[in-house]
Amino acid sequence: MLSDMKPEDIVGNYKETVLNLYGDGSRKIFYTDIETPYPDGKLIASTTDKLGIITHVNQSFIEMSGYTEHELIGMPHSILRHPDMPSVAFKDLWDTVNRGEKWQGFVKNLRKDGGYYWVKATVIPNIRNGQVVGYTSVRRKPSRTKVNECIQLYPTLF
Amino acid sequence: MSYIFTVSPDFSPDHLSGWYIFNTWLQRQTGEAIHLELYDNFHAQRDAIQANQIDLIYANPFDAAMLVREKGFLPLVKAEGVSDEAIIAVRVDDIIDDVTQLSAGIKVAVTQDPDVHMIGMMMLEAGDLNANNIETHFYNNHVLIAKSLLQGDADVGIFLAEAFDDLSNLTKKQLKILVRSQISVIHHSLMIGPKLIARRTEIQQVLLTMNNDDKGKSVLNSLGFNAWAKVEDEEMEFMIDLMDTLII
Repeated sequence: MLSDMKPEDIVGNYKETVLNLYGDGSRKIFYTDIETPYPDGKLIASTTDKLGIITHVNQSFIEMSGYTEHELIGMPHSILRHPDMPSVAFKDLWDTVNRGEKWQGFVKNLRKDGGYYWVKATVIPNIRNGQVVGYTSVRRKPSRTKVNECIQLYPTLF
Repeated sequence: MSYIFTVSPDFSPDHLSGWYIFNTWLQRQTGEAIHLELYDNFHAQRDAIQANQIDLIYANPFDAAMLVREKGFLPLVKAEGVSDEAIIAVRVDDIIDDVTQLSAGIKVAVTQDPDVHMIGMMMLEAGDLNANNIETHFYNNHVLIAKSLLQGDADVGIFLAEAFDDLSNLTKKQLKILVRSQISVIHHSLMIGPKLIARRTEIQQVLLTMNNDDKGKSVLNSLGFNAWAKVEDEEMEFMIDLMDTLII
């Protein structure tokens, strides 16, 4: 279960809302209008178990999310969920990977400090000895054109 | 019985003799007859893999999925501290300073090296570029990519970072790096096939201790690195999954 965000962690003026996270209860979050640009040439990678609990993060994930590795491992991946992301996007993600297929999409992620960053995310099931044992998610720098399209589209999906 | 060892065709020409020296060293250490077979291109090498002719391979990461999942290969080792990174570069006097300023229709110079090409295309994607809206020109090596940029035959070059760093200072001064990948977990690996797999642990151990004596060190130096590092099965699986997410 995710704990609420803490006002003392937030940088800048913030808004407050409560997110209902599918299977992970609800979470009070604070968010700002401050964007952290995606770092050139890097990949943000993480692995979760079958339930979406984080089992591995790389250094870029740690740096962009603002959390420590200790704070991330064992947490639901929805720790990054931003209120501007429509839940239908994540339903599509889970429906796709549960069919054993690759999912790709543009995602606005929430940082620990309340800021955000856009990514192009790809999620694939990890298949070992014929069984799905978890999921790997790899994010790359998104095209600004695609991000701008999503900024227009996502509010219409709530 | 003789086993066949091959090396990913993207190896640096500077290390050609090194791979022959390594093969001789490996035969002495294992007591097996191992023939080093080098292929001119990835296509010919993949045909040999598909025909089950290969027993040991220093493999490009792009081929790792096929080797592990279709051909029953397992990882042994990787070059310590070495990963495959790509650089996107233009001429130094180009007004472009960022990938996002590039336009559709540009000519992109690449080698046949599949993982560097893939990483390069992934970085170009941030500028709304993809295989369908660029002109891709293939060259035999990274020196020729640099030449194509300097002569105006190409607008952008995708280089293996290590090869770019090895270009002459004169050439590098005439080029501008737009972006250098920092992925760290994509690497070539020495892999062992089904016919030799019973000796995997033993051969792995021989390789991991290779840098402990002067002869072994000298062979490693001829390959351009200092030691081998173990590749665990799960590390290889993670790399394969990661590569899978990057294939557009």
